[in-house]
Amino acid sequence: MALQRLDPDLRPVATASIAVGVVIGAFGAVFGVTAVAAGGSVLQACAMSALVFTGASQFSAVSVVADGGSTAAALSSALLLGARNGVYGLTMARVLDGKLVRRLGAAQLVIDETTAMATAQTTRREQIAAFWMTGVTLYLCWLLGTLGGALIGSEIDPKRWGLDVALPAAFIAMVWPQFRTHNGRLAGLIGAVVCLVTIPFVPVGMSILCAAVAVLVGIRPDPEPEPA
Amino acid sequence: MSWTLIIALGVGCYLFKVLGLVVIGARSLPPVMERCLALIPAALLSALIVRDVFSVGQDLVLDARAAGAAVAVVATWRKAPIPIVIMLASAVTAVVRAAA
Repeated sequence: MALQRLDPDLRPVATASIAVGVVIGAFGAVFGVTAVAAGGSVLQACAMSALVFTGASQFSAVSVVADGGSTAAALSSALLLGARNGVYGLTMARVLDGKLVRRLGAAQLVIDETTAMATAQTTRREQIAAFWMTGVTLYLCWLLGTLGGALIGSEIDPKRWGLDVALPAAFIAMVWPQFRTHNGRLAGLIGAVVCLVTIPFVPVGMSILCAAVAVLVGIRPDPEPEPA
Repeated sequence: MSWTLIIALGVGCYLFKVLGLVVIGARSLPPVMERCLALIPAALLSALIVRDVFSVGQDLVLDARAAGAAVAVVATWRKAPIPIVIMLASAVTAVVRAAA
């Protein structure tokens, strides 16, 4: 088993990335089904997953198209949703370095899940490993899931298996280490509250970006010393 | 669905990622900004969690997902590994949904 040859410190990361990969594969299948139902070809569905590789933006674009919206309308809302990956990029730039080509490649993998998995680790080495393992696993699972869904095209109901909670549950586990510090807990709390309060009033997805205001908590240094 | 949409969205989303990771990237910033940037995952992931659990589109709702999320919180607090957290939360959500 490749898993047993792996550094023991990295095994939990590897199993977690596979588990999240399975969930993402299932969502990819749902996306494939949705894209074909919206009039896309199998190739278009796969191309979108390969090029865009940001679930929320893809689902948003396809749902606007399915509702008869214009390309401009589909594009603008999907791009707004994709903006948060730029914010994650700022965080990941503290972890990832190396050659420009490598960073340009890494950029495509900067999404919610990879940032969450990387920042959940303690050492920089684990963070880099977690980013790449999760990124490559998710990329492949997302693409294969999309292909499978687009080919089958039949109705998959992730809700029946409670899979709609799989991703937030994984995020709960991944964000947990961020709450070790006082500022981390406060930013999490404010982010959650701002998101909930803005959901009814801003376009779908924008509430996540609104929650970024919570990072201003960092203006004041953390009153507690960082645990080693 | 048009190829224009697919390619424009692919390029646009990639440019956002590159803007954060490579263009602005790891330049050294004032300590205040560094402290704020370090809080991005806490703020945005918490927002994603409550959005995914408590909303449908622009409506706030309380349904079976809340039970699954509560289980995920307890499982994480009890130091369960991520695959177990995912399975427990999904199973509880499915059961509560089926019972409701």
